[in-house]
Amino acid sequence: MSRRNIAAAHRDERRTRTLVTPEGLTLPITIAPRMARAGALIIDVMIIVFGLIAFQLAVYWIADGVLSGTRFDPEQMKGGALEFLGIVVALFVFCTWYGYFLVQELGPRGATLGKRIVGIRIAARGGARLTPEAVIARNLLRDIEIFYPLITLFILLVVARNEVPIGILGWVMTGWFLIFLLFPFFNRDALRAGDVVAGTWVVERPRTKLAKALSAQGAAAAQGASDVTGVRYAFGEAELSIYGEKELQTLERMLRDAQPEALAAVHETICRKIGWDPGAGDERAFLEAYYAQLRSRLETDLRFGKRKADKFA
Amino acid sequence: MKAPVISSWFGRGKVEAPPDIASATLRSDRFRLERESEWKRLEAILVRMEKGGLRGIADDDLIALPALYRTAASSLSVARETSLDAATLAYLEALVQRAWFQVYGPRAGFLRWFRDFLLGGWSRAVRELWLDMCIALFVMVAGTVVGWMLVAQDEAWFYRLFPASPGDARAPGATREQLLESLGHDEGAAGLAGFAAQLFSNNSGVCILAFALGFAFGIPSLMLLVHNMALLGVLLWLFAGQGLVVELAAWLSVHGTTELFGILLSGAAGLHIGRAMAFPGKQAVLDAAAAAGRRAAVVMVGVVIMMVVAALLEAFPRQLVTDTGSRYVIGGTMLAFWLAYFFLYRPAPRPGEGAAA
Repeated sequence: MSRRNIAAAHRDERRTRTLVTPEGLTLPITIAPRMARAGALIIDVMIIVFGLIAFQLAVYWIADGVLSGTRFDPEQMKGGALEFLGIVVALFVFCTWYGYFLVQELGPRGATLGKRIVGIRIAARGGARLTPEAVIARNLLRDIEIFYPLITLFILLVVARNEVPIGILGWVMTGWFLIFLLFPFFNRDALRAGDVVAGTWVVERPRTKLAKALSAQGAAAAQGASDVTGVRYAFGEAELSIYGEKELQTLERMLRDAQPEALAAVHETICRKIGWDPGAGDERAFLEAYYAQLRSRLETDLRFGKRKADKFA
Repeated sequence: MKAPVISSWFGRGKVEAPPDIASATLRSDRFRLERESEWKRLEAILVRMEKGGLRGIADDDLIALPALYRTAASSLSVARETSLDAATLAYLEALVQRAWFQVYGPRAGFLRWFRDFLLGGWSRAVRELWLDMCIALFVMVAGTVVGWMLVAQDEAWFYRLFPASPGDARAPGATREQLLESLGHDEGAAGLAGFAAQLFSNNSGVCILAFALGFAFGIPSLMLLVHNMALLGVLLWLFAGQGLVVELAAWLSVHGTTELFGILLSGAAGLHIGRAMAFPGKQAVLDAAAAAGRRAAVVMVGVVIMMVVAALLEAFPRQLVTDTGSRYVIGGTMLAFWLAYFFLYRPAPRPGEGAAA
């Protein structure tokens, strides 16, 4: 475990909230990091903008066709057709802008494409049911949080370039933009203004695959017997009472995905701790057997209501 | 290492044979292996639901979903008390959470929700905002009066409030004929549909702004209302100077009864949120804001629809119908329709609906 991993684990802990299902079961839920949300928004905006540009180009292409169809007689030019295209563009922009977020966040994934890519989704705060009203509210507010001040600032910049004094308005808009942009940094749950009004929050999407059952494989399944040497590892009361649940789960993580060199180091540490002579070549079988027997012991105690959190307990 | 990563990329379709339950030496692992197939089935259903909603899921899977969810939930609570297998616990927690999102997810898709919204949800939400509507109406009337009085005192205010556009006849000193002409029709129907689409995006943008600004305790919403209505007051003053108020009101009423009603509602929606945040009552500020925000959001979807109607009215009937009496009839009918829809149309809420609002 490097220092970075420990720091990351600490950060994760600060982002973890507890959700109580209607059945009374507590579930841990992780608030999405602010950076992931910013990334998701950037992806979504880029998708919308590029989609709209592509749509505009298509419309221009059609308009071009409408015009060239009447090349020989300008009198026949279909004003109605061009006007229709204009309406289609205006409505398409409006529907895309609001529909993109609404329809996707109301779907079963509760996430836009950008959110899905970074692995987050929206949920109702505190375990309530997510409602269409909430999704609408949080998306309507996004306009004043980000896009309205940004567009105003952009216009002001253009105006200022033309040597027209814009006065204090520029600072006001910058302040507005910053207040909403920094809003998620001033509350624990990283809520933006839209989340506050809608009663939602953005959480990490859980996805964990079911790992193999460790006690059904290797030396753990064979009563502690090693495949390599045939030796049977059996640990006594004294050897198993050293470690607690925390060490057991660290060992489990190592057995699932650590490299052989790391396993050798762990093997040596455990052997020294329990007073065995560390050999070499059969580390995995030793660790599997130790894991199975330690877990068996700790779980038996657990059934009797005795927990040993770690080796210091 | 037992399972190289690469095999999981290529072996997706293959179903792995579950290990023999008896081969597990630990009681907690046997517990897990016995229930594993049910968890896997739940996971498969969830994956399909997340991909494509309820389509493409067999009926018996759908019926089994709540039971499978409860099985997984109870497995989790048992495993927490008996198992020290961190990987299984993490998997179960993620699985139950995913299932919870689906089982207790949004009950209706957008289309279903929209139907309920038209058939009662909208007018119910509007009625819940009655106090805010009264305040917004008062502010709008006050804004109109302020606009009138400002210009009546000093004509310079006209140019400050009314964005000057060259060639616009509507300016102080315009003759009666010029003003009357500006109330007439434009050149036929050509270009009106495009005009309507422009009006719609413009007006609904203003309304969404009025709503969203409610976040700052509603004060900016009210200021926006005052500003918009002051323009109306200025226009009224200008036409009153030539004795044309009746004609102006007819011209405005065609779409104005819908549009101003929509602006009133969006201002009220913004104010509703602002009021809930300033005076949350017994609830926590966040809860009060969330409840008010959801109510106001329903109203806002309605406002967007009203803006579509207003833009159509503004582009077609107002420009094509030039008779003062007919204009009043159209405007009055629209006003009567909205009032009846919001305040007389009260279908009973369907069971389970509106509980979350």
